[in-house]
Amino acid sequence: MSLLRLSLKEIHNRILKRELSARDLVEESLKRIEEVDGQVRAFLSIDAEGARKRANKLDQELKEGKSSGLLTAIPVGLKDNLSTEGMTTTCGSQLLANYQPIYNATVVEKLSAVQTISIGKTNMDEFAMGSSNENSGFYPTHNPWDLERVPGGSSGGSAAAVAAGEVYFSLGSDTGGSIRQPASFCGVVGLKPTYGRVSRYGLVAFASSLDQIGPLTKNVEDAAYVLQAISGYDPKDSTSANVEVPDFLSHLTGDIKGLKVAVPKEMLGEGIDPGIREQVKRALAKLEDLGAFIEEVSLPHVDYAVATYYLIAPAEASSNLARYDGVRYGMRKEGRNLLDLYLETRSQGFGSEVKRRIMLGTYALSSGYYDAYYLKAQKVRTLIRNDFEQVFANYDVIVGPTAPTIAFKMGENIDNPLTMYLNDILTIPVNLAGLPSISIPCGLSEGMPVGLQIIGRAFDEATVLRVAHAFEQASEHLPEPQVGGIRV
Amino acid sequence: MSKYETVIGLEVHVELSTKTKIFCSCSTEFGAPPNTHTCPVCLGHPGVLPVLNREAVNYAIKAAMALNCQIAEYSKFDRKNYFYPDSPKAYQISQFDQPIGEHGFIEIDVDGEKKRIGITRVHLEEDAGKLNHEENGDSSLVDYNRVGVPLIEIVSEPDLRSPQEAKAYLEKLKAIMQYIEVSDVKMEEGSLRCDANISLRPVGAKEFGVKTELKNLNSFRNVERALEFEQLRHAEVLDRGEEIVQQTLRWLENENRTKLMRSKEEAHDYRYFPEPDLVRLYIDEAWKETIRATIPELPDARKERYVTEYGLSNYDASILTASKATADFFEQTVADKVDAKLAANWISSDLLGYLNSEGLELHQVQMKPTHLAKMISLIQNGTISSKLAKNVFKEMIETGHDPKQIVEEKGWVQISDEGQLKEEVAKVLDHNPQSVEDLKNGKERAIGFLVGQVMKATKGKANPQLVNKLIREQIGI
Amino acid sequence: MAISKEEVVHVATLSRLKLTEEETEQYTKQLNDILQFAEKLNQLDTEQIEPTSHVLPIENVLRDDEVRPSIPREKALLNAPDQKNGMFRVPAVFEE
Repeated sequence: MSLLRLSLKEIHNRILKRELSARDLVEESLKRIEEVDGQVRAFLSIDAEGARKRANKLDQELKEGKSSGLLTAIPVGLKDNLSTEGMTTTCGSQLLANYQPIYNATVVEKLSAVQTISIGKTNMDEFAMGSSNENSGFYPTHNPWDLERVPGGSSGGSAAAVAAGEVYFSLGSDTGGSIRQPASFCGVVGLKPTYGRVSRYGLVAFASSLDQIGPLTKNVEDAAYVLQAISGYDPKDSTSANVEVPDFLSHLTGDIKGLKVAVPKEMLGEGIDPGIREQVKRALAKLEDLGAFIEEVSLPHVDYAVATYYLIAPAEASSNLARYDGVRYGMRKEGRNLLDLYLETRSQGFGSEVKRRIMLGTYALSSGYYDAYYLKAQKVRTLIRNDFEQVFANYDVIVGPTAPTIAFKMGENIDNPLTMYLNDILTIPVNLAGLPSISIPCGLSEGMPVGLQIIGRAFDEATVLRVAHAFEQASEHLPEPQVGGIRV
Repeated sequence: MSKYETVIGLEVHVELSTKTKIFCSCSTEFGAPPNTHTCPVCLGHPGVLPVLNREAVNYAIKAAMALNCQIAEYSKFDRKNYFYPDSPKAYQISQFDQPIGEHGFIEIDVDGEKKRIGITRVHLEEDAGKLNHEENGDSSLVDYNRVGVPLIEIVSEPDLRSPQEAKAYLEKLKAIMQYIEVSDVKMEEGSLRCDANISLRPVGAKEFGVKTELKNLNSFRNVERALEFEQLRHAEVLDRGEEIVQQTLRWLENENRTKLMRSKEEAHDYRYFPEPDLVRLYIDEAWKETIRATIPELPDARKERYVTEYGLSNYDASILTASKATADFFEQTVADKVDAKLAANWISSDLLGYLNSEGLELHQVQMKPTHLAKMISLIQNGTISSKLAKNVFKEMIETGHDPKQIVEEKGWVQISDEGQLKEEVAKVLDHNPQSVEDLKNGKERAIGFLVGQVMKATKGKANPQLVNKLIREQIGI
Repeated sequence: MAISKEEVVHVATLSRLKLTEEETEQYTKQLNDILQFAEKLNQLDTEQIEPTSHVLPIENVLRDDEVRPSIPREKALLNAPDQKNGMFRVPAVFEE
């Protein structure tokens, strides 16, 4: 069995006993990448040399008696929208193909503090805009379960890298479902923390009021460890919350007796594939077996969430992406004058989905349309938040599917943006409300993983993790995916 | 001109003199080598986030209070989107619908009458970088040191009725900012900048005329000149029965004319929206009180006090209080119990005259208020003449020395010894028989000439009153 | 039509994007689809509803006015596509 399939505790024990080194883990990861990434294409860049160097240094320090923790020496994949000094950060865009960050994201510093080892930067939809990784400015990532299918997006590379066993865990970002939907498609655990729980400093902004960084892991316990490591107030992010970070691990008790679970009828309606509905219903039955009370509720405004999101997120994006102008960094295409330079650089640098959203957002903010589109969407956002608030007055968690379908075939939705957007129908409302939510595998449909989504109250990741963990412990584990016939 | 009434409104940007930039911890110091006061945040690198400088908010509140504004209970920041190489994020973080302060006013003097000019709003924002144009004209070079320096924008109501009022308003604004010490308000360094809106309407009309906007008014003189130019142009256009075209114009200082920057149709669509990376401000009473307590006596109040407390004329009082430094100097001078009117005269004419002709600021000269006070005492106790005092003053301002020391070293002590002066008087009378004759015949003018001759002979040191007395005694009139 | 072809051209200019004729047609259609989809928001009465621009009830996040070292200039210019005399070079810009 691959070293990367051992539990964190097992790895740590072996490190303490000197049976395993950081270098071993790094080599294992690089070997696996060598084996499968030609097919999966989960990575945009691999920093083999840097990773080996970091591993050697860490091994030396450990030898000299430096203390270690559960995440020590763990090989990690970082979504390529996290700023990493010394590692190119492209955001999946040709425009930033050669961009060398001059600072580290706070999460990168935090992971470094717990001694993980970054292996490379994972593939993504350009500027995190997409649900399939087909909008990567370089090449699409393939689903390790079925290379003909998409891994989901926009953190498709991060999800696929974990599913294919290339890294132990990875970080992704979630603006409208970009951690949870690929986690669901690839059969891994993906957690989007409460807005404000994890610093956004160094996360290349897509939609600032919605973006959050979170872990993609093989199991819930790992997600808890990683969340513990990356959470907390950051003076560099004014929107990071100065609230206590609980000991998430201590909440993984397996006990959910008496827990009140709300199941919104809107999340199990007509648009959901029958195979998904079936697995989710089985999962709900399992939760009931574990002692939870399950009740149907209504979130009357979630049907408006996608429309709301596709006004707010592009509006913020249109402004966030204006800085890519060819002046200070990134691609530059010369023109006859400054205006030409801007037009050429941005037209050649951005892909079509990014352009579409920039234009949509610009329009929603433009003079004469602001009230009708942007302001209206912000007001409906309030209604959606209120829906959640009302449910959470009486329930501990909301449970439903993560995505309405299993991973779709590559090219299937590419010509119709709106159909693609509707894939995030179940995840988007959560971002609009800023709540924590996890996607965990809950079975297979047509041989592909199905994700169960558990949504919690703001800053109550502990309960979300507890429910997810209890469910995971009580369920059959998914088989490992086979990548191109190579057994993991 | 009298056919039309001129309507002017000013938008003034004031750079706040905080130590660090508004959204990052880079220094705001002026004059550093290009791009050495930058960091990922102010360079707008992917993924960076702004964190608001508390002092910038404090200064903005202080400024808004000094301009008699109502301070917002809740305030927030918005993004103003536009592409330009001096703006690294391609948006400026500014304030749109919830500025720090609104509904303020200041008073200016117009022909001896007080006039109240409304302040629409005071808001906080970040400065842009600086573009340097290459001489060959092919390219521009961008320096981001200035980007992110905190600014307040002060927007006036269209209450100004002439370029002179506009200038007076600007001077008062500058004085207030200086008094509250939130900015060094130097137009030449760009820490005070001004744009103007101007329109004309027939006298008595209620509706405003079509306005034009003037940019690049980088000195007090240019503000006045550009507005005079534009006022005249508007009047000529209207006289011809034509209409003013709404547009933005750039003042070309060296050519004494304006140039079209953009027409109304080209006006920007800034797409303001709330800045999601910053949280709102809640300015409670306690915060306001803390700031209010730091506001010193402002120019108007000080001027009133000088008139009542020291008996100065309105004119002298306004000259002294136009700058805080001058007013402080005056008060430190009179603290040594010298005649206030004398002190006011020396400061307003000699001191300010000297600074003006040398192009210096008060803090750049070494003369201390106690020295001026001592010098005035020396005049009052007869040690030096007023005439000698001019020399002492010049020496004092140039060297920073104590006036007593100067008087002693230079031997500029007034000769008040009768015995010594009698001799000089006798000599002068001997040499000027005609004048003596004239004086005897009642031509009083002649005595001035004779006193002058004695002063000349003593190199100005003779006590003129005593000389006068001695001449009369010796002639016997 | 929620958005006309002319408006798409205008929006592209505001966004500093250059579109081919074909792209303009395509984006006009796609943006219309999306905006028509967004029309459903008008079914909701939001007259009395406050807009949400932040989900967190945080206010007054402020930093002390203390200077920290800036970065070396070489770092500031590390990614500069064009530079001269320690500054970023761009095609000549006048006015403003």
